[in-house]
Amino acid sequence: MSTDTPAQSEPNEAVTTAPDDDAALSDEALIAAAPDVLANSIGDYFRAWGTRIRNGESGALPIIVGLIAIIIFFQIEQSSFLTAGNLVNLLVQAATYIMFGAAELFALLLSEIDLSVGFTGAVGAWVIAELIAAPVGLPWWVAIIGGLLATGFFGFLQGSLITRLGLPSFVVTLGGSLAMEGVMLELANVDKTAVGGVININTNSPIYKLVSTNMSTTLAWIVLVVGLALFAALTLSRARKRRAQGLTTPPLGITILTIAVTAVGGVVLVLICNANRGNLTPLRGVPWVVPFVVFVLLLWSWMLGRTRLGRYIYAIGANPEAARRAGINVARVRTIGFMLCSMTAGLAGLIYESRLGNMSVDFDGGTQVLFAVAAGVIGGASLFGGRGKPLHALLGGIVIAAVFNGLGLMGVSAAVTDIATAIVLIAAVTLDALVRRRSATLS
Amino acid sequence: MTRNDNSMSISDGRSPAGTPAPGSGPLLELRGLSKSFGPVRALTAVDLEVPPGQVTALVGDNGAGKSSLIKTVSGLWSPDGGEIVWEGQAVKLHNPKDAEALGITTIYQDLALCDNLDIVQNMFLGHEALRHHMLDEPTMEIAARQTLTDLSVTTVRSIRQPVASLSGGQRQSVAVAKAVMSQAKLVIMDEPTAALGVAQTTMVLGLIKRLSGRGIAVMLISHNMNDVFEVADRIAVLYLGRLVSSGPATNYDRQSVVEWMTSGASGRAVGTGTAA
Repeated sequence: MSTDTPAQSEPNEAVTTAPDDDAALSDEALIAAAPDVLANSIGDYFRAWGTRIRNGESGALPIIVGLIAIIIFFQIEQSSFLTAGNLVNLLVQAATYIMFGAAELFALLLSEIDLSVGFTGAVGAWVIAELIAAPVGLPWWVAIIGGLLATGFFGFLQGSLITRLGLPSFVVTLGGSLAMEGVMLELANVDKTAVGGVININTNSPIYKLVSTNMSTTLAWIVLVVGLALFAALTLSRARKRRAQGLTTPPLGITILTIAVTAVGGVVLVLICNANRGNLTPLRGVPWVVPFVVFVLLLWSWMLGRTRLGRYIYAIGANPEAARRAGINVARVRTIGFMLCSMTAGLAGLIYESRLGNMSVDFDGGTQVLFAVAAGVIGGASLFGGRGKPLHALLGGIVIAAVFNGLGLMGVSAAVTDIATAIVLIAAVTLDALVRRRSATLS
Repeated sequence: MTRNDNSMSISDGRSPAGTPAPGSGPLLELRGLSKSFGPVRALTAVDLEVPPGQVTALVGDNGAGKSSLIKTVSGLWSPDGGEIVWEGQAVKLHNPKDAEALGITTIYQDLALCDNLDIVQNMFLGHEALRHHMLDEPTMEIAARQTLTDLSVTTVRSIRQPVASLSGGQRQSVAVAKAVMSQAKLVIMDEPTAALGVAQTTMVLGLIKRLSGRGIAVMLISHNMNDVFEVADRIAVLYLGRLVSSGPATNYDRQSVVEWMTSGASGRAVGTGTAA
């Protein structure tokens, strides 16, 4: 297609309010709008990213730079930060934040907010814990299904109130959060074995072992190699097929680079986890929670990227009116979005209780909600709907865990930790806002 | 892929101005269409014929009833009186889906595009092609590219670029291509050039001509007389909810149209349009 076209990126306003847009932008600026599809070569691609960064539209890049800065800072302050033992610990801490962030992502993508994810997760965790404990004693997987049904049903209730009655999600989920806290307290109340509002997870249960046991070092390598081979084969064959059909395909170099970066990340992760981190007895291996989180994120990425439901979630987040006119059942998709949000929160609750080995009414659902939103926004998802991927929750969750972990190592007080976390969160939101303003004034 | 076999008309240009193709009745006919809101009469006994393959410009001052008319024809409002005749059959439109099922697509000024989705995704929104329950991107991309090529929309750099990165005219083109994909027989366009500059306007007007060249009827709502006389085969003037004049565009000139629009009458000799 022709490359000497007058075109420019516009702010996200209706076309009626857009200024006269005959002025042509340079080719460079146009490619920057969507480097993945507009770049003709890998050189173009990197130049486009340079432009994007100068324009303040850099996606996940600032967060990666920020993460590196955080890591360097803590490593200088506390040399034990970059040890295998601490990094694995950090990963496990991050798992909860990542999963809560992935839950909140569904609400954010729909341009809504779910303030109940924290206590919804807690109720999910309580339900699972009650179902595997005496006197119920169900198998672990039935218990997880039970937890997902409970949280999914609650998400359905909230989603229905929001979509059918047109209530603001802010208010419904704020009330929902309180209701879920009540349900949690009541569950603890009814269960006489939950002494002091704490229910212990049987250490023999896979629910407990999810976080506290590891894959064997060999298995980790096998899973990694097979996973990477599958990923590479699928990506490359897809690119080849598309190229053969004459479809838009990113430059081959980009595809290979993506695979290479994923491979390096995976190898580093397995190397760290497989290093001995035990003090007296050897302790090595990837905690099972890591593949669990990766699996859920991949599942949601597939759903959002490759299915109609996912496409509709993005469409509704950007322009619900357009979605409605396209014949999409907007209320249904949004309700499903809230259900997926609540169910993913239930999985976050599962990781939480597995890490602690028990579930307690002391669970701080309010703070968890904050971190859930923060994980998404810090990672690069937009608060304004339609933009974000599960990958963003992953990055955001790791940043939050790194801040907590590093400050914990430094032995600072809870007060300082809270304030520092708040600063990171507000810095991320500020960045989001600045990026939007910058890109709005530029075009 | 059968969505894109819209090769009903091969004529390389437009149909001769003002004359429907011989032997075919109007695509859409409004007979005595009325719509009131309490004491406010938005439309009063409007009679209008929209022939296939032609551009009918609907003009009128603010409050003349243009919006009421297109909202009724696109199924958003049901009329209080009169009937809508589509391809010779009286039809009842209860909602926009009914209209779309018949082949009436309305492109509002806001275009109803999702900025975060790319051109292909927008063109297929709500009608995605599936393969093994997953989105069939290759099929959609090929069909979308074909439609854009047919409409001579070649200025976009990649059909995989997000709509947010398109110019106003290009966005309008995507909205039109979306209508063509949905097998529309009548495309209603509400002020398509209102926000556009000169070059972009030319592009959109060219697109309208190509649409009618493909045998698709276009109902164009516009304030801009340049645009109207550039593309319209027929002109219909609304004044205070009544259709005061309609006929082939050659029967009008700028001044007579403006007179019809502003006073509901014209003393000029050019207009032989039928008074309603």
